[in-house]
Amino acid sequence: MTLDRRSFLKLVGAGAGAAGLPMIGRAAELMPKGAKRVVVVGGGYGGTIAAKYIRMMDKSIEVVMIERNDHFISCPFSNLYIGGILKDLSPLTIKYDKLAANHGIKVVQAEVTAIDPAAKVVTTSKGTVSYDRLVLSPGIDFRLEDMKGYDAAAMEIMPHAWKAGPQTVLLRKQLEAMKDGGTVVLSVPLSPFRCPPGPYERTSMIAHYLKAHKPKSKIVVLDANPAIASKGPLFTKGWKDNYAGIIDYRPAKKVTEVDAGKMTVLIEGLEDVKGDVVNVIPPQRAGQIAVAAGLVGDDKNWCPVNPNTFESTKQAGIHVIGDASNAGAMPKSGYSANSEAKICATNIVALMNGKELTDMSGINTCYSYITDKEAVSVAAVYAAKDGKIVAVPNSGGVSPADFSAAKMEAIFAESWLKNILTEMST
Amino acid sequence: MTMKLKGWALAGSVLAMSAVAHAAPPSPTMLANACAGCHGTNGGSAGPTMPSLSSQSKAAVVDAMKKFKSGERPSTVMGRLAKGYTDSDFEAMGEFFSKQKLHVTSQQVDAAKVKKGASLQEEHCNRCHNEDGREGKDETPVMASQWLPYLQMQMELYQSGKRKMPEKMAEKVKPLSAGDIDALLHFYASVK
Ligand SMILES: Cc1cc2nc3c(=O)[nH]c(=O)nc-3n(C[C@H](O)[C@H](O)[C@H](O)COP(=O)(O)OP(=O)(O)OC[C@H]3O[C@@H](n4cnc5c(N)ncnc54)[C@H](O)[C@@H]3O)c2cc1C
Ligand code: HEC
Ligand code: HEC
Repeated sequence: MTLDRRSFLKLVGAGAGAAGLPMIGRAAELMPKGAKRVVVVGGGYGGTIAAKYIRMMDKSIEVVMIERNDHFISCPFSNLYIGGILKDLSPLTIKYDKLAANHGIKVVQAEVTAIDPAAKVVTTSKGTVSYDRLVLSPGIDFRLEDMKGYDAAAMEIMPHAWKAGPQTVLLRKQLEAMKDGGTVVLSVPLSPFRCPPGPYERTSMIAHYLKAHKPKSKIVVLDANPAIASKGPLFTKGWKDNYAGIIDYRPAKKVTEVDAGKMTVLIEGLEDVKGDVVNVIPPQRAGQIAVAAGLVGDDKNWCPVNPNTFESTKQAGIHVIGDASNAGAMPKSGYSANSEAKICATNIVALMNGKELTDMSGINTCYSYITDKEAVSVAAVYAAKDGKIVAVPNSGGVSPADFSAAKMEAIFAESWLKNILTEMST
Repeated sequence: MTMKLKGWALAGSVLAMSAVAHAAPPSPTMLANACAGCHGTNGGSAGPTMPSLSSQSKAAVVDAMKKFKSGERPSTVMGRLAKGYTDSDFEAMGEFFSKQKLHVTSQQVDAAKVKKGASLQEEHCNRCHNEDGREGKDETPVMASQWLPYLQMQMELYQSGKRKMPEKMAEKVKPLSAGDIDALLHFYASVK
C-alpha cells in the first residue's frame, strides 16, 4: 500500500478531524467501508467460522478477516504429531483462499496493533480498517510475568508448543534428540487455560513416544492444579494401563520460574526439577490485542461477554469469542470457539438488521488420544440461563470409564478434525 | 406475546448490568449449526466415518435423536449430546437438515459391487429405502451418498445386535449373504 501524502490526507482528513485525533502518524485507510461491515480479527478456530457464517446468513454485510499469518495450524491433533503418530503438520494446516472465494470474505494478512472503539477503527500493520461491528478471536497470549525467566530466548530452549507451528516442531525434535533414559518435564498452569484436557493428552502422547522409542525414559508432570483438570479418571486409568513407570504425575506443583541455562523449573521458590526436555505450558490470558483494547474483566485475563451476542460487556460494538472470552460454562476449546462463532454470527446479523435476537444454543466436544488407537471424549450442550451460559442439566459427560468406546472414538475423532478444518477452510 | 414477556422476565437481572435485549428461543438454525463442527457445514460431512445429515428426513433425525437419548440406539457421543435437548428441539433440527440439499460424496467404491447392489436393492430394500436411498419411508434414513465406512459400521452394529434392526428390515436382510449386504452398501454410497 503506497499512498502519497496528498491522497493520504484526503483519505483520513475528514474522519480524523471529526474524531479529534491528530492526523500525524495515523496510518492510511486500507479499504473504504461500504454500508455494513464486520471486521473479524483472527483466522483460527473462532474467526474463520464467524466470518463464514455472517456471510452465509447475510450477503449484504461486508466481512473483512484480518490474520497475521497466511495459513493456520491447528492445535487439535498437534499432540499426535509430538507423539510421532503424525508425520508432519500438513493435515493440520489450512489456507484461506477457498474460504475467501466461496463466501466473498476479504482476507487481509496483517497484524492488528490497536483498536479505537469510539471511532470504530482498527489499526493494522498495513493501514486502518473501519467497522460497524468488530469480532475478536485472537486466542491466547502468555502471562510471562507469572513465569520468571521464561522469555523469548527461553522458549527456544524450553518450548511451550501451546500455539501450533515452529514450537510444536521444536518440541518433537527435542524428544527425538533426547537420549534413552532421559527425563521430560512438563508443567501445567492453574485453570483456566486453553484446552483443559490438552496437557494430559500431551502427557499421553509424549509417553506413547517414549514407550515406543526410549523405554528407559520418563515424563514428570508438574501440575499447578490440585488434580487433573479434565477427564481425570479416564487419564488416570489410561496412564495406569499403558504407561506405568513412564508417567510421574505430581499434582499441586506450581511452576513459577524457569532457568533455561540449567534446564530446571522452580516450584514456588522451593523445589528445583531438572529435565533433558522441558515443556513449559505458561499461564495464559486473552490475546494481547483484547487486553490492549480494554476488554478483559476484573480477573485481568479474560473478556466478559453477553451470552447471546458475545458482545463485550466493556465495549459496545466489539464481540469476543473463542479462548479470549469468558464464556461461562463453555471451556476454552476449538469446538467451543466454533460453536460460539456461529452464535455470535447469528446475533450480529440480527443486530445489524434490527431483528430480534435468538437465545444461544452451543456444544463442546473434545477428543483426547490416550494411545495411537484409543481416544476419550468430553461432551456438553450449553444454553443461556439468567444471563449466563450454563451446561444443560443431566446432559453431556465423559466417555465410559472402561474404555469400551475408545477405539471407535479414535476413529470418529479423525473425522471430527477433518470436518471442523473443512468448515474453517471452505 | 407470552413468550416475549417470559424472555423479558428472564433477562431482568442482566438488564441492570448491560443492555441485554430479550431473545427468541433457539431457532432451527441456531440448534443445527452447533452440530456442524462434527457433521460438517449444513450437515455435509467431509470425514468418512461421520455421517452426513444434510437432506436427512425430519422423521429420521427425530427418531435417531430420541433413540440416542433413551439409549435404545448405541452411540459413542450422540447419547450424551441428545440428553441436552427436548423433543421439540429434535423436530427443529430435523426440519433444518431436511431442507439442506444432498451432500454428494465422491468415495472409493467397487464398481462390481455397486452393480450387484443396484440389482438387489429393488427387491430387498426399496420398500423403505426409496429412490435409490435418496428418500426413506417414515423414519427410514436417507442413505444416498452416505459415507461407506459409516454405513458398514452401522451394519456391523445391527448384526452384532447392539443396534436393534427394525423387524421388517431384518426379514429382508437375513436371507442375504455378507457379500450381498456389502454390495448394497457400496451401491447406496455411490448414489449421487
Ligand atoms: C495442544 C493443544 C491441543 C488442543 N486440542 C484440542 C482438541 O482436541 N479439541 C478442541 O476443541 N480444542 C483443542 N485445543 C484448543 C484450541 O486450539 C483452541 O481452543 C482454539 O484454537 C481457540 O480458537 P481461537 O479462535 O480463540 O484462537 P486460535 O485458534 O488460536 O486463533 C487465533 C488467531 O488469531 C490470530 N491473531 C491473534 N492476534 C492477532 C492480531 N493482533 N492480529 C492478527 N491476527 C491475530 C492468530 O495468529 C491466530 O491465527 C487444543 C489446544 C492445544 C494447545
Ligand atoms: C462430537 C461430534 C458430534 C456432534 C457435536 C454431533 N454429532 Fe451426531 N453423530 C456423531 C457420531 C460419532 C455419530 C455416530 C453415533 C455415535 O457414535 O455417537 C453421530 C450420529 C448422528 C446421527 C445418526 C445419523 C445416521 O444416519 O445414522 C444423527 C441423526 C446425528 N448424529 C445428529 C446430530 C445432531 C442433530 C447434532 C447436533 C445437536 C449432532 N449430531 C452433533 C458425532 C457428533
Ligand atoms: C421395512 C423397512 C426397511 C427395509 C425393507 C430395509 N430397511 Fe434399512 N432401515 C429402516 C429403518 C426404519 C432404519 C432406521 C431404524 C433404526 O435403526 O432406528 C433403517 C436403517 C438402515 C441402515 C442404517 C442407516 C443409518 O443412517 O443409520 C442401513 C445401513 C440399512 N437400513 C440398510 C438396509 C438394507 C441394505 C436393506 C435391504 C437389504 C434395508 N435396510 C431394508 C427400514 C428398512
